[in-house]
Amino acid sequence: MSTQETLHNKVWNEHVVVAETPDSPAVLYVDLHIIHEVTTPQAFSLLREKTLPVRHPELVLATMDHSTPTTPVSSFKDLEIVGAGVARQIRQMEKNCQEFGIELLGFGSSSRGIVHVIGPELGATQPGKTIVCGDSHTSTHGAFGALAFGIGTTEVGHVFATQCLLQRKPKTFEIRVEGKLPVGVTAKDLILAIIREIGVNGGAGYVIEYRGSAITAFDMESRMTVCNMSIEAGARAGMIAPDDTTLNFLHGLPRAPQDADWDVAVTRWNELRSDDGAKFDKSVTFAAHEMQPMVTYGTNPGMVIGINEAIPDKRSDPSFRKALDYMQLEVGKPMTEYVVDVVFIGSCTNSRLSDLQAAANVVKGRKIAEGVRMLVVPGSQQVKQKAEALGLDRIFTAAGAEWREPGCSMCIGMNGDIAGKGQLTVSTSNRNFEGRQGVGARTVLASPITAAASALAGKVADPRAYLQE
Amino acid sequence: MEAITIIRSRTVVMPTKDIDTDQIIPARFLTTISREGLGKFLFNDLRLDDQGRINKDFVLNQPDASGCEILVGGNNFGCGSSREHAPWALLDYGFKAVVSTEIADIFTHNSLKNGFLPIVVDTDTHTTLLEHPGMEITIDLAMQKLTLDDGTAVKFPIDAFSRDCLLQGIDQLGYLQQQLAAIEKFEESRSWKP
Ligand code: SF4
Repeated sequence: MSTQETLHNKVWNEHVVVAETPDSPAVLYVDLHIIHEVTTPQAFSLLREKTLPVRHPELVLATMDHSTPTTPVSSFKDLEIVGAGVARQIRQMEKNCQEFGIELLGFGSSSRGIVHVIGPELGATQPGKTIVCGDSHTSTHGAFGALAFGIGTTEVGHVFATQCLLQRKPKTFEIRVEGKLPVGVTAKDLILAIIREIGVNGGAGYVIEYRGSAITAFDMESRMTVCNMSIEAGARAGMIAPDDTTLNFLHGLPRAPQDADWDVAVTRWNELRSDDGAKFDKSVTFAAHEMQPMVTYGTNPGMVIGINEAIPDKRSDPSFRKALDYMQLEVGKPMTEYVVDVVFIGSCTNSRLSDLQAAANVVKGRKIAEGVRMLVVPGSQQVKQKAEALGLDRIFTAAGAEWREPGCSMCIGMNGDIAGKGQLTVSTSNRNFEGRQGVGARTVLASPITAAASALAGKVADPRAYLQE
Repeated sequence: MEAITIIRSRTVVMPTKDIDTDQIIPARFLTTISREGLGKFLFNDLRLDDQGRINKDFVLNQPDASGCEILVGGNNFGCGSSREHAPWALLDYGFKAVVSTEIADIFTHNSLKNGFLPIVVDTDTHTTLLEHPGMEITIDLAMQKLTLDDGTAVKFPIDAFSRDCLLQGIDQLGYLQQQLAAIEKFEESRSWKP
């Protein structure tokens, strides 16, 4: 039979345990379940209530990142500083993992970090796997050709108990990006531009496959940045077909297949691409050379403009008025006119080594502006160690920035790292929602180099003026 | 879980588009290890000012809102974070359903698993609801029908399987556990192991 399949359909079909009917969803098998302290306690409680074990503890990758502080902590006493709730949640995570036989990459582990950073860097994230986590940015792992999506806590319980989920098959959405991105324009700018174009619900009901020469030219870290923000377009997942770049990244990583198993896996992975002529339910194409550095001005990731563009006038829309009110910004002005209070470099979108290197190259030998607080938060212990071996920590601290312990930090204001009311933060994270980075905090999403340039300028800044060798 | 059949209530209207789960319950309240008692944090930063005082202008604080079980939200309700704390908080506060023109994917999944109804209607019906806050409407889950106070009725889509589980008060985990033989067979027969 000569049917042309999409990448998504190939991975989906391989994991169907019980087929979907009009009356019942498919039972879909899960290969890797990543968990953290915030969205799992109630799922473990469910197991206890029903006296169920975790079916495959060896398929669970557990760490702590969301509510963990990014100031160095060596003991639980330190944790109490962030709050009793946080301390209790972290203790509960340790207890839960121990009780259910799950290995926890917790405090003291040199592998601890943000869920979506450690999966790939350990080699646990692999092409063709189904990967889920109680966190919407699980879409990140799709950069390896995995089908990866966020789930709720009840579903976390389902996967614990059965290693399966009840799912309806999503539709497929092809996003092609052809050509070459100009200097100073990054994967983050590209995905912000895509979300502006298709809208924050443009991907609803779909799995996006990113294709085209600009995508294949990206390294794995840039691909992860793109797939990470698929959820900000409302998509269930984002995927990129594996290629040599993927294989080179994975080869030799501790949890990747080794030796003879590697060769077998590679043969299987080489099949994982959309066949020529495969049909997508929807398709759009972007020209990479037209892209520019992008920033958000509003309170959702679709409210995006080019760095030198003026805030558009959509005042007839009450949601727009509410957003601009909250952001205290004016129609017709570019973001470069606004003073910056905080700069945050981190999160599962942009906290990998190449992100930190790009930001360090901008601030190297320079000082951040008076009155600006800059936090640099590596995505994992491994990223932190590698960055320190390259001296990046010293570049940042010499410029006046803070170099922190790994974690979600200011991406989600629940671990002690927040911006104050009314403070404008240029952030490399993924959500500029009201209150996301602290009550009344105003978030501008941008790339690591735009964030770094803004720290130097003390205003939102075009990174192209600050690039150095 | 309790079976759901019919919900009849006056509505509370929040017309803003893209109401995300961070607004529904801010992250700093997610340090809980329980699913109980989250209603007091629902829309916390809209309901209360920064001194913790009641914000009288906010729709949920109006006298008319008390006792309402149906929320009418702007397009793309529940987008953003996958936190199930969002439907938990809505339910605990007393809401049983949200009506919008579009409801985000993960939020829909989470809601259906907790007996909170995500109801998607056409733009005309939505506009009528937005323009008439407090209207008494009826949601009939079995018939998949929403009826306005003048008797106009519209069908709404809902995943058939979730609907049947909710109508009978069945927990989806129970259904999954019944598939255990198929799961075991799948695990034994697949050509590669994760
Ligand atoms: S960095 Fe932010 S988006 Fe990423 S996993 Fe942590 S909280 Fe979620």
